[in-house]
Amino acid sequence: MYSNGYIFRYAAILVILVAAILSTTALVLKPFQDRNDAVDKMQSILASAGFEGVDAKNAIELFNKNITNMMVIDAEGNVVDDYTADGKENSKAFKLNLKEELYKKSVGKPFELAMYVVQKDGHKVFIIPLRGVGLWGPIWGNIALKDDFKTVVGVTFGHKSETPGLGAEIETPIFTDQFPGKTIFDEQGKFVSVGVVKGGLVNQPVELQPHLVDAISGGTITSNGVGGMLKNVLESYEPFIKKQG
Amino acid sequence: MSASNQEKEPLFSPKNIKLLTSPLNLNNPITVQVLGICSALAVTAKMKPAFVMAVSVTIVTAFSNLIISVLRNGIPPRIRIIVQLVVIALLVIVVDQFLKAFVYDVSKQLSVFVGLIITNCILMGRLEAYAMSNKPWPSFLDGLGNGFGYGMILLMVAFIRELFGSGTIWGFHLIPQSFYELGYKNNGFMILPPMALILIGIIIWIQRSRNPQLIEE
Repeated sequence: MYSNGYIFRYAAILVILVAAILSTTALVLKPFQDRNDAVDKMQSILASAGFEGVDAKNAIELFNKNITNMMVIDAEGNVVDDYTADGKENSKAFKLNLKEELYKKSVGKPFELAMYVVQKDGHKVFIIPLRGVGLWGPIWGNIALKDDFKTVVGVTFGHKSETPGLGAEIETPIFTDQFPGKTIFDEQGKFVSVGVVKGGLVNQPVELQPHLVDAISGGTITSNGVGGMLKNVLESYEPFIKKQG
Repeated sequence: MSASNQEKEPLFSPKNIKLLTSPLNLNNPITVQVLGICSALAVTAKMKPAFVMAVSVTIVTAFSNLIISVLRNGIPPRIRIIVQLVVIALLVIVVDQFLKAFVYDVSKQLSVFVGLIITNCILMGRLEAYAMSNKPWPSFLDGLGNGFGYGMILLMVAFIRELFGSGTIWGFHLIPQSFYELGYKNNGFMILPPMALILIGIIIWIQRSRNPQLIEE
């Protein structure tokens, strides 16, 4: 039969060979994947502000044409970095790792946030990138606010691994079309975010309805994740928004 | 002597054709071998992910069968399961990386399920039952056949679930708006995994009542 030595040699050679194949594949394909990720992010940002017909081919061009400023904001609401030139995919705001920044926030360290400014139909639209957790993995998205910093223009969501047909429905129009027109501050100017509720929006008190959307049946944890993500991220912008008011 | 006979066997001899067709019915991986049920429940809420999943599983079963069959005489039996898993994992990761680099949309659609092909029981089932003891070409066909058999059931279940659960097929609305106005409602139960189990049960029932030889004593 096979000696122990043979088994060890066989396993070692197999594993090294497989590792070599995998790292080569990963290295060769990385530039393509990074580019896909960046283009996808641009499409998502533009879509949240209501731009239509953005596809993988024209995303970079439209992004540079329509985005007027890529800002970085600190936790006190001061603008610490502006970027208005071309090549906006190289700006600090575009490359900001929101996951790390939100982690810094959760442990009480100073953190920075990104905000993208778009000129749409003569008005400024302010886009805030989002990141949170769903059921199986991270969820993310963009929320676009009018220049009153209160009314939602549109949203886009994305996810790594939510269940197709259930939690993954957060990225479909059925869910995202509920957001335009909602407000993140109430009549008294208090921050309320946009919540996601079960059991039907119509059954909620009338005064709360402008700040709520319907959750997805069978996608409760993902829906809760969306609500939590909106609250957690948007509240970090409150100091900045208060300064604009 | 027997070896030279084998070499002269045509690529698509009746025996090899049978490898391709028998998993479609009498030896179906899902309904007869009862393998791969978990992913059949998870990806069949919509047609599109079910289809891409079926294609990916077919590619991975076919090529892992081929690779293991080529290696079969050198694999030490005591670590054969590990070797099989390493080969499967290698193929799945490579497929996933290619999807991410060149068909980003599809990769986004499938998300976690490509990675979960590694745990699909059909793959290891076929490697153990077939590729470890057969030549590369028949093993490759066996992998293809089982991938098709798996995909066929997946698409049948996904068709019913998407039509009655969401009123769409492949994302297009099929049930006219007037039905909804008359009070028709999408069946929310259809999009939940238990319904997939019930549908697969019904498919198994129909299949067995038509093929009495499948019924155990």
